[in-house]
Amino acid sequence: MSGVGTVKLKINGVEVTAYEGETILDAAKRAGIRIPTLCYLEGLSSYGSCRLCIVEIKGSPRLFPACTTPVSNGMEVITDSERLRKYRKMTIELLLSEKPHVCAVCVANGNCELQDLAREFGVDHLRVEREWTRQKIDLTHDFLVIDNNRCILCTRCVRVCDEIEGVHVLDIKARGKDSQIIIDMDDDWGSSKSCTSCRKCARVCPVGAIYVRDKPISETKDKNIAQFIISRRRR
Amino acid sequence: MKPEDILKIAEKEIERQKSYRFRINVCCSSGCLPFGALQVLKAFEDAIKEFGLQGECKVSRTGCVGTCSVGPVVLIEPGSYLYQNVTPENAREIVKNHIVSGRPVKELLYANEAFFRKQLRLVLRNAGKIDPLRIEDYIAAGGYSALIKCLTKMTPKEVIDEVIASGLRGRGGAGFPTGQKWNFVAREKNTPKYVVANLDEGDPGVFANRTLAEADPHAIIEGMTIAAYAVGAEKGYIYVRAEYPLAVQTLKEALKQAKSMNLIGNNILETQFSFDIELRLGAGAFVAGEETGILASIEGRRAMPRPRPPYPATSGLWGKPTLIQNVETLANVPLIILNGGSWFAKIGTPKCTGTKCFSLTGKVNNPGLIEVPMGITLREVVFEIGGGVPSGRRFKAVLVGGPSGGCLPESLLDLPIDYESLTKAGAIMGSGGIVVIDDESCMVDTAWFFTDFCVDESCGKCVPCRVGLLKMRNILEGIMGGEGRLEDLDILTELGEYVRDTSLCGLGQTAPNPVLTTLRYFKDEYIAHIVDKRCPAGKCFKTQKSVVEVL
Repeated sequence: MSGVGTVKLKINGVEVTAYEGETILDAAKRAGIRIPTLCYLEGLSSYGSCRLCIVEIKGSPRLFPACTTPVSNGMEVITDSERLRKYRKMTIELLLSEKPHVCAVCVANGNCELQDLAREFGVDHLRVEREWTRQKIDLTHDFLVIDNNRCILCTRCVRVCDEIEGVHVLDIKARGKDSQIIIDMDDDWGSSKSCTSCRKCARVCPVGAIYVRDKPISETKDKNIAQFIISRRRR
Repeated sequence: MKPEDILKIAEKEIERQKSYRFRINVCCSSGCLPFGALQVLKAFEDAIKEFGLQGECKVSRTGCVGTCSVGPVVLIEPGSYLYQNVTPENAREIVKNHIVSGRPVKELLYANEAFFRKQLRLVLRNAGKIDPLRIEDYIAAGGYSALIKCLTKMTPKEVIDEVIASGLRGRGGAGFPTGQKWNFVAREKNTPKYVVANLDEGDPGVFANRTLAEADPHAIIEGMTIAAYAVGAEKGYIYVRAEYPLAVQTLKEALKQAKSMNLIGNNILETQFSFDIELRLGAGAFVAGEETGILASIEGRRAMPRPRPPYPATSGLWGKPTLIQNVETLANVPLIILNGGSWFAKIGTPKCTGTKCFSLTGKVNNPGLIEVPMGITLREVVFEIGGGVPSGRRFKAVLVGGPSGGCLPESLLDLPIDYESLTKAGAIMGSGGIVVIDDESCMVDTAWFFTDFCVDESCGKCVPCRVGLLKMRNILEGIMGGEGRLEDLDILTELGEYVRDTSLCGLGQTAPNPVLTTLRYFKDEYIAHIVDKRCPAGKCFKTQKSVVEVL
C-alpha cells in the first residue's frame, strides 16, 4: 500500500489511522475492533447484502454497511449500539425464519456461521412465522450437494466461483423471495460442463447449503481459502 | 446545421401555423388511444375534407392534456376549447358547428374548469399543444433555443450555476439538488462521462413520465443534451420501460429527428460539442428504476442495486462518472436556461422550487395528470383540482408517493406538498402518485396491497427487503384473515422500522411506508380487525363469511 495516503477517523471513540479508500471494516479489523459479518468474505468482492455489518456514522441518520463504505477523514463510526444490536438480531431471526433451518438435521450443525451468530446475539426463539420451503436439492454431482432450503443467498459461492476459480458456474435466478442459486442455466449439477469440481463453493458456504457428501463438514469448510489464494497470487 | 438554421425553421413553422385559422389537437396518448382516439383523428380529417377546410384547419395528433378519464379529448385552438368523450360520430358535429358556424358544442365541452385553475404547466408546457412526432412543432414553440443559448453563449459552469440558482431538485423522488449533482459529475476527471435519463416509471397508477415522453419527447432530449454539455458527457442513455410502447416509439422518432437536424450527435450545430443519445428498454423490474439498478441494467446485468458510495457521479456506468436524472427533472432544464434560475426559484416554495407532476387517481371525481407548483396543499389537489371523492362516499386517506408512499389522513390535508413536509408525515414525493382512498377501502387491505407489490418487486439481494417485507405481508394477511393478535402490531412496527433503516436501496428503505403510516394514522382499523374480527370498510373477512354462508 505504499504511496497511498492515510486518513484519521474515530471508531467507537478510538482514533484510528487508515488507508485512503479502504473500507470501515478493514480499518476496524486492523484496530482490533470486530464487526459481525456474514456475506462478507476476505478475498472476495464485497456484496453488502446481509446488513450485519451496518454501522452508525455521526452526522447521518442512515446506517452504512462497513464492508462497502470507504473511510474518510474525520469520520466518527459507531460499530455497536442498542439499535445496531437490535437490527442485527432481527436480521438473524429473519434469516432463520426464511428457510426451514433445523440445526439437528443439518450437516453444518456445529460448523455454521449463522448458528454461531444466533448464539452470539441471543436468538433463542423466532417472533415471526417460519417458512417451510421445498426448494431444489441437487444430488446429481459426484460429491457436491446443494440444498437450497438451507441457502441464505449470501452469494459467497457465486463470487468465489466467478472471482477466484474464474468459471462462474453459480448464479442467482428469479428475484425477491424466489431467488435461488442455480448451476449454469439452471441445470443439474451432475450435467454441468463448466464446473471444475474445485469445491471452493463448499469451502466458503457459511451454512449447510453447499457441502461435500460423506465428508465431515469441519474438514471441507475453509473460510480463508479466498484470501489465501489471493495473497499467493499477489506474490 | 447552424443555430441560425434552427431559428429559420422556427420562423417558417410559426408562419405556417399562422396560416391556419383553427388547430384541432386530438390527444393520441396512451390514455385516449384505447377509447378510439385514432378513429376520432381520422373522423376529424374526413370532416375537414368534407367541408373543404384543409387550408384553414390543421388537425394534429398530440399528447395528453391531463384529463385522462374523459378521453378521447380534443383541444381546439384558438380559445382552448376542450371537448371530452369525443366519438367519430360527433367529430363531424364539432367541425360543422364549431369550425364552420363558429358555435362551440357546449354539451360536449369539458366543464370542469377547476381541474386546470390551480395547475401550472411548465414541464407539460407543450403537452396537448404540439405534435410530438414533428420536431418543427417543438422548435416553433421555442424548443432547442435553450440548447442554442448554452452552446453559443454560456460556459458549462454558467449552465450549472443557473441550475443551482434555480433550486431545482431531482424529480425522481429523493429531491437531491440537481445543480449540485451536476457539479459532482463536472469536476470528475475520469472520462468518458455519461448521462442517464430515467424513464423507468414502474409504480402502479403512475403515468407522469410516460405522458411527458409521449407528449413532448424533445423537451427530454434538449434537457439531457444541456446536462451533458454542463457536465462534459459524450454519451447518454434514455432508460425507458418496455411496457410503454408508445413512449418508446415517440422517443425513437424524436431521436431520429434530432439527429437529422444535428441537435444531437457529432459537433452539435457545428460547435465542438458532441453528444449522442441511445434508447435502452427496461427489463421489466420495478427496481430497475433505482439509481444503481438502472446502471446494472444498462450494462446488461441483472437490475440489482449496489451499495453507495461510490456514488454514480464518481463511478457509474462501466465505472465512469455518470449523471442520472429523472426525465421530469431534465424537462425543466430548458425553461431554466431560457428564463433564468431566479425566475424558476420564485415558483413553489423557497426550499422546493418549481412544479411537480402528479398522477391523480383513485376515488376522485377528476382523475388525471396534473402539474402543480410545489407548496400547494393536498386539500387543494384532492378537493379542488380533483373535485373531491364521488358523491355518497367519504374521504378517508390519500396515498402520496406510489407503492412506497404513505397514507395520510384528513387531518393532514393542509400539508404543503414539498419533499420535507411529506417525509416528515411519513410519505414521500416518490414518483408523484396520488391515490385518493374513500371509506369503501380498508386501510389494512391497502397496506397489504402495496406491501405485496414490493414483496414481488424486491430484487432479493438484502435481507431486510427480501425477508422483512415478506414477513410484514404475511402478518397483514393474518390480520385480514381474522388470525391477528395485538402483539402483531408491535412486531409490524419493529419490522417496518428495521426494513426502512437497514435496506440497501430506496425500494426497501421506503417500502414499509404504507404499513407504518396506516399504523400511525389508522391504528383503530387494525384493532377492529384483530379484536372485533370486523373490517370497518366491510372488505376483509369476505372469504370466511362466504364459507359460513355455504355451510
